[in-house]
Order: sequence, then structure tokens, then C-alpha cells
Amino acid sequence: MITFGRATLLLALALTVFGAGAFIYGGRRERPEWVAAGRRSVFALFGVLTVAMAIIEAAFARSDFSFALVASHSSTTTPRLYQLTSMWSSQEGSLLLWVWLLSGWSSLAMVVARRRAAALMPYAGATLLVFAAFFLGLSNFLANPMTALNPAPAQGTGLQPLLRYPAMAIHPPMLYSGYTLAIVPLAFAVSALISGRVDATWLRQTRRFALGSWLALTFGILLGARWSWSELGWGGYWAWDPVENAALLPWLTGTAALHSLMVQERRGTLRTWNVFLALTTGILAVIGTFLVRSGVLESIHAFGASTLGLPFVVFIALLIATAAGLVAWRREALRSEARLDSLFSREAVFILNNLVLVGMCLVIMWGTFFPLISEALTGKRASVGPPWFGRYTVPLAIALVLLSGIGPLLAWRGSEWRSVRRSFVVPAALALATALAAAFAPLPWSLRAFALFAVAAFTVAAVGQESLRAARARQRSTGRALPLAAFGLVARNRRRYGGFLVHAGFAVMLVGVAASSAFKHVTDARLGPGQSAKVGGYDVRYVRATATYNAEKLSLGAVLDVTRNGKHMWTLRPSRGYYPVADAARFGTLGRWFEGESTSEVGLRADPRRDVWTAVEPDLQPLQSMISGIDKRFPLAGPKIEPLFLQALTERYRLDPPKAAFRFIVSPMVMWVWIGGIGAVLGGLIAIWPAGVRRRVKSPATKPARTTVPVSA
Amino acid sequence: MNRRTIRAGIALSLAVLLASALAWTSFTASSQAVAPSALARDGKAGHSYQLTGKVLAGYHRAGDVLLFRVRDRSGPSAQSVLVRYTGAVPDPFRAGREILVTVDRHGASWVGERDSLITKCPSKFAAAKQTT
Repeated sequence: MITFGRATLLLALALTVFGAGAFIYGGRRERPEWVAAGRRSVFALFGVLTVAMAIIEAAFARSDFSFALVASHSSTTTPRLYQLTSMWSSQEGSLLLWVWLLSGWSSLAMVVARRRAAALMPYAGATLLVFAAFFLGLSNFLANPMTALNPAPAQGTGLQPLLRYPAMAIHPPMLYSGYTLAIVPLAFAVSALISGRVDATWLRQTRRFALGSWLALTFGILLGARWSWSELGWGGYWAWDPVENAALLPWLTGTAALHSLMVQERRGTLRTWNVFLALTTGILAVIGTFLVRSGVLESIHAFGASTLGLPFVVFIALLIATAAGLVAWRREALRSEARLDSLFSREAVFILNNLVLVGMCLVIMWGTFFPLISEALTGKRASVGPPWFGRYTVPLAIALVLLSGIGPLLAWRGSEWRSVRRSFVVPAALALATALAAAFAPLPWSLRAFALFAVAAFTVAAVGQESLRAARARQRSTGRALPLAAFGLVARNRRRYGGFLVHAGFAVMLVGVAASSAFKHVTDARLGPGQSAKVGGYDVRYVRATATYNAEKLSLGAVLDVTRNGKHMWTLRPSRGYYPVADAARFGTLGRWFEGESTSEVGLRADPRRDVWTAVEPDLQPLQSMISGIDKRFPLAGPKIEPLFLQALTERYRLDPPKAAFRFIVSPMVMWVWIGGIGAVLGGLIAIWPAGVRRRVKSPATKPARTTVPVSA
Repeated sequence: MNRRTIRAGIALSLAVLLASALAWTSFTASSQAVAPSALARDGKAGHSYQLTGKVLAGYHRAGDVLLFRVRDRSGPSAQSVLVRYTGAVPDPFRAGREILVTVDRHGASWVGERDSLITKCPSKFAAAKQTT
């Protein structure tokens, strides 16, 4: 099976080379049969890579440790769901996942382009296949997932326990979908530049891919943040780690592109800018993958000893040079004559929003790559921390939220001053009221947080007001009840109202971020049973110790009683899970349980007002004599006797627990980060959802007024 | 000079100003990344460093303080430095793991900045070469 798997990877690489050649030849010589052959190569590539994925997934499902990948990332004790998702916890598996997703989106792009943008297909297809060829080259020659292990071990290492969390099962495919979907607009932009067709056709054909990329990245980033908050023992959801930033960079330029392409569609301007954003977003997606895979920057996620850095650097350098060369070559064709009619226009706000987003991207990129910049300039590697990032990104985020509220209030080409004033009154009043309420609330002074609350109130009020105004107008024209009218309004203009929901969700999310960052209380304490600690107005008492075990892990934890003013509020149960290593002969029957990975199971109580978060780190020192004593006396204890010792150990911990180190956090409004994020994702889904088939097939000649789908933002 | 040139000049000056501010603040706010052997040799009091290396066996807690020694990630140096650290300890922290921690000198010992300890995710380390 491994040999067959290797053959599929080689065949896939051959298909990319053939397909790219066919596309280029067919495009240059105007030979449609060669273009068709190229297109079929893309479909075949997806098919072949699906077989490769199936081979590996099947090996994980049946714990076939003759696959080195399975032996090093799964085990028979790994739960079934995580056996199936273990593939993308590895370098080899995640590269295959990357190229498989790319081949899938490329196939979809070919189907769409054949119908609507056949002229762009040859070079777009060739570009997509060049990307696939690069990743397949890595998979075939530097990180082959079909590597055999001979002899196969009886047991595998198992999936890193930190990754055994539902959100982490789908986080990598989401991020990689975001990255790979971003390659499609890049490919069509390249095709538009090569073929000289730099009108808005390439934008229209790739708008949904760009939105899909944004959507997948948003959801992927959210899942990662949620995992960090509820699974990792440090008590945060964002750390400005290079790999986190790597996902944020294409998200920022992708968001900018989604706005600026509307300006080109509407006004015919920003041609160069849109091409730049499409190319930059695609290149940043590859840079994101490079940051994770190369280990070039010190990161919690970085590989320790990867050999992929150099190929990535060469590939990225080629991409940048090609992109810059193509834009320079077509600079005359990209020039647009239309100018801004008014500063009080939606397109003016979109341009400002683009500047803020790209500015934010540059700041984060500078901070992320600062170790390399500093080393190049001074010879010393230095890095900047979260406060530095916050200094720049917080004001930019405030500006961004404000602009996302102003945009919907202004019309294209310009608005009359009277109408601007009327639209702004309610949102501005609400923003002022929010700022005053925050300033007089019993909260520590935080100008940034209060400013963010105010602009978020402005934005939510603005999109709410505009939606309500439009729903009422529809109610009057159709005679339907307001909710039905609103539903009909959204259904008829998904892009506009999906966008509104994204803006509101984003504002709400940043309110959660601001509140949970500025008004967080953290207490670290070392407690024994019966002892208490205070945090954020709560008393947390360590009631008793807990200890359990099963074949997968041993858990030592605590039952905590949370009270406020003497009144019982909640009971929390944080614990720490210890995952054994297989080598009992080396580490001992009990010792092996503490030589593997250990993870925090956070005790979390979440509601819309606050999250109460706890983690525990048991002190194992007092147990050490018991562990080493049993291991010394019973060195050959088998799996039948082991449970007796584990029973004795857990009993001992429960009855005579040593003091444990606790971290308690009371963080307000964290739940709004997730609520706002989910709102933004829902908005994106509404915006990307295709118009119904019934509406598309209706003839405009018969019912023009009802079949026209508005294209406003 | 026409208005377009003036606008371009203003925009360019603003961009240069902002870029200079970005560069200046990043250099002044940064911590130098050093290996334990370099820290032991050249580390000075009053400076903040980002120490990166591997945790040695034998780390332990003394009350709220975690005491651990870090050696170079690779290379021949056997030199290690002792770090006294308080704050959140990442789950994957253990002997042999690569860590990053921001430290500064307090007397003879290196004190880790609260909550600055990062342990690299071991799942992401490249597997050793396997035989086919």
C-alpha cells in the first residue's frame, strides 16, 4: 500500500507538470484541446490526491504502524476521531492536506471559469498547477507521507495530547482552506496580467473564492483562539506568536481585497490595487505556510529541524519577482481614469479601510519578521512582544471598527450633507452614550477599551439602523410583516446584509477582546485542600483533590468552590492529564505515566458577563517516593497488575493531596469574542451563499424587477 | 508643482515618518534573543533578553517559583544558566523541550519575566529520518 501511495504522489506531480505545460501551450497557441487537457489534469490531480489522502487516512484508521507517519502521530489508544485527524498534526500530512485542498479548489475554479471566464483559464490553470507542483515536490522529495517503517512497531507515539480537542481537529483544514482558496484569486490575477484582460472579469470570477478564503481563515483563527483559551494552561487566546500572525496577515489583505474589489466593480478604479491585493494575499498564504514549516522564527508552533526553509524561500522569492514583473509590465493597462467624486462616499471609506488594513498587515509583518530584520541590520537577533503589537494594532483596530460603521451609512459616489447628518445622528449618539457610560462605570480607566466600546456601538447601531430602514421600506412595498420583510431583504441581497452582519460581528468581537484584555484579573496561588484565594471579587476554595485514570491518561485535579460575598456561585473541576509513554522497561510501571506529555484540562465557567477560568498544576514531588518505590520493587509488572498500582496512586493523591499550583482568571466578556466571531462567520456564509437556482434561471425579460440581484455592498 | 505632486509628497513624507516610528519603537522595545552560553558569557544586568534553549532535567518548584536550567539548543557548549521563573507554565514544558523565556539579571541569577515562558509545541518537531 505504501508503494502504491508513493506512486500516487509521483503521478500527481507528473500531472501538475503535464497540466501546466498543456495550459501554457494551449493558451499561447490558442489550441482549445490542449487547454481542455490541462483542465482535465486538474480534475485528475484532485482524484489522484484524494486516493493518496484515503490511503493515509485508512492507515490511521487501522493503526497501520508500518507507515512512519502513523507510528509517529497516532496510537491504538488515541481516540478514533483524533486518529483520523492526526494526519495534519504532522509536517508530511499537512503538506499533503495543503495540496489536496488546493487541487479541490482548483477543480472548482476550472468548472466556474469554463462557464464564465474561459479566456482566463489557461494561465490561471497553469499558475494553480505550479503551486501544486511546488508542494508535491516537497511531498515527494523532502517530506514524504508515504514513508515505511520496517520493522513496524507494535504501538505508535500517539497524537500530541494538546491537540486532542474538537476545535483542533478542524482548525488546520480551515486555515489551509483559507490559504489555498487565496491562491485562486492570485492565479486569475496572474492570468489577467499575462493575457492583458485586466478588466473586472477576473475579480468577478474569483470573488467567491476570496470570500471563501476569508471565511475559512476567520473560522480557523477563531477555532485556534478558542482552543488556546479552553485547552491550554496559560489563560489567553492570542499571543502574537509568529504562526498566529501568519494566519492574520492574509486575512487582513484578503479583507481589504473584498472591499476594494467592490470599488472596481462599481467605479472601475483601483485596478492596480486589486491586482496587488490578490497577489499579496496569495503570497502571504504561502509565507504563512513557510513560517509554520521552516522554523525560521522562534515560535511555539515552529518546527525544530525542518529542511523545507530553503525551497520555500526560493519559491516565495520567485513569486514576488514574477508578481512585481507582471504588474510593472501591465502598468499602463492597469491605470484607471476614474477619480473619487467625494470624500463622503462609500468608495472613499473603502479606500481608507484598505489603508488601515494594509497598514495593520505591515505592522504585524514587521513585528513578526523583526528577529530577521534585527539580525540583518545589527547582527543580533531580537524580538518584540505583545505590548509592541498592541501599541499599533489597537488604534488601527479602533479606526477599522469605526470605518466599518461609517461605510454602510454613505452612498456610492457621494452623499448629501443633509442625508449624512441624518444617518449619523443615532449611531453617534449611541457611541457617545456608550463612552460616557463606560467612563462613569466602576471600571479601571482604559482609554483604548472605552474608545473601542464607543466605536463598536456606533457600528452596530449604524448597520442596525440601515437594515431596519431597508426592512421597513420592503415591508411597505410588499405588505408583509417586518420579520418576513427583513428575511426577504437579506435573501435578495445576501452580499450586502451578510457584510453588515460581518461588520457587527467584528465590532462585537473586538468589544470582547478589549474588555477581556483591559479588565482581566489574574491570581496565581499555591493551595492545599480547604485553602482559598481571591480573584476579581470571587473567593475560590480548594475543596478536595480528584484523581482518575483510564488507558489513555491519568488525571490529577481539584474540585473548587467559587463564592461571591459568601454565596455559592459555581463548582469548577480543573485537572491535569498525564499521558503515558509505552516504554515501561525504561521508565517503570508508574514512572512511564509521568514521562509522556501532560495537558491542562481547564475548569471554565463562561457566561456573557465573564469567564471564570482555572488551571491546576499538581505537585508530583511528594508522590515521587511512592512511584519510584513501586517501580523498583515491581520492575516487571505487566498490564494486568498496573491498574492496581494506578489505583493505589490515585487513592493516595485523593486522600492525602499535596499543595497544588493554581492559576485563576476572571475575564469579562470573553464569550463576546466567540459570539462576535460566529456572527462574522454567519455573515460571511450569507454573503457567499449562491443565489437560488430558481432565481438564476428565470428570464430577465419576463420579470426583470424580481430577478435582478443587487450588487451593492 | 501641481496638486497631485504635493499630495504624493505629503503621503510619502507621512509614510516615511510612520515607518521611522515603527522601526524606532521596535528597536527600543525589543529583547535580544540569546542562547544560554552567550547569556552566561555576555549577559549584563539591566538588559532584557529572550533566552532560547533546551530545559535540563532536574527542574523543580520552590513555592511559586519554578527553577530550571537551560542549555544551548545545539552545538558543543555544555554551559547552562539557571532561571527563576514565576507565572504560567505551558503544558508541554519538561526536560529536553525547547523553550523561550524573557529574562533579566537580578544579582547572580536570571529571573524570568512573569508569564513569558513559551514551550515549543512538540507535535511540530520534524520526525527523525525513517528508513524505507
